[in-house]
Amino acid sequence: MRELSLHLLDIAENSISAGAKNISIVVAEDTTLDLLQMSVEDDGRGMSAEMVAQVTDPFITTRTTRKVGLGIPLLKFAAESCNGKLEITSEPGKGTKLFVEFQRNHIDRMPMGDLVTTIHQLVISNPLVHWKFEYRFNNRNGVFDDALIKEELGDIPMTEPDILNCIKGMIESTILEINPQFTQDTIFTQQ
Amino acid sequence: MSTIKSLEDLKKARDEALKKRELKATSGAIQVIVGMGTCGIAAGARDTMKAILETIEQDSISGVIVTQTGCIGLCEKEPIVEVIVGEQPKVIYGKVSPELARKIMKEHVVDGKVVTSNVIQM
Repeated sequence: MRELSLHLLDIAENSISAGAKNISIVVAEDTTLDLLQMSVEDDGRGMSAEMVAQVTDPFITTRTTRKVGLGIPLLKFAAESCNGKLEITSEPGKGTKLFVEFQRNHIDRMPMGDLVTTIHQLVISNPLVHWKFEYRFNNRNGVFDDALIKEELGDIPMTEPDILNCIKGMIESTILEINPQFTQDTIFTQQ
Repeated sequence: MSTIKSLEDLKKARDEALKKRELKATSGAIQVIVGMGTCGIAAGARDTMKAILETIEQDSISGVIVTQTGCIGLCEKEPIVEVIVGEQPKVIYGKVSPELARKIMKEHVVDGKVVTSNVIQM
């Protein structure tokens, strides 16, 4: 995977598989501290400390739990290659939070990629999950919460043509209002 | 990029969708399911789904539900797209590129003709 947003999609997929009802995604960029952070927090079934240790290490994974694959180890490796880290905190029955951090201007840091499409697809194709997406840029932040949308729509599916377009625009606006310069492949932009 | 979209725009879009629904007789729901496990994503499933959603928008295809599923154990055939039209049996497509996804939307979902070249026989 060559985009951070594809990794984000993959991590969110784990939350869906864990039966989460609420999933909260945060993407935070800080040009002063030179950090790019992403987190996915869910209220799914959670994991024991033992299992948390297993999912981050590709060499320990026993593959009896088919839900856990190479996604997390690959992301961990990508982060650690960029002076960053990946942390998972989880509690059985409560949920899981995955946090990953990169040095933003590191030469090996993957581009953000198509973040809008990623969030859009997660929201559209998992209508039973309550999604919250927050984008932070330096000291500003914007929040997209699909609860309001679902309340307005009632039983009209989000996959209706005009609705699709509208939701995509709302996600895009959340990011652009905070960072008008946001582009998919901005890596070395300076504030 | 596009103009600012707000909840007000959504309300307008919702009212339009409601009007269209009243005009259109219920023709049986159509479900399109995209495999989004790590294998699917690595094989390009996000671009496949993007093509599906864009076709719905561009061609104003109403009455289709698009959802996703995890790995179904056919990783080598990803990206996988399943199409269920009303009561008909499920059709599973393998190696669905964005181009093929557009073709499936136009020929299978809209016109009801299965795109036989990429069907996976279970």
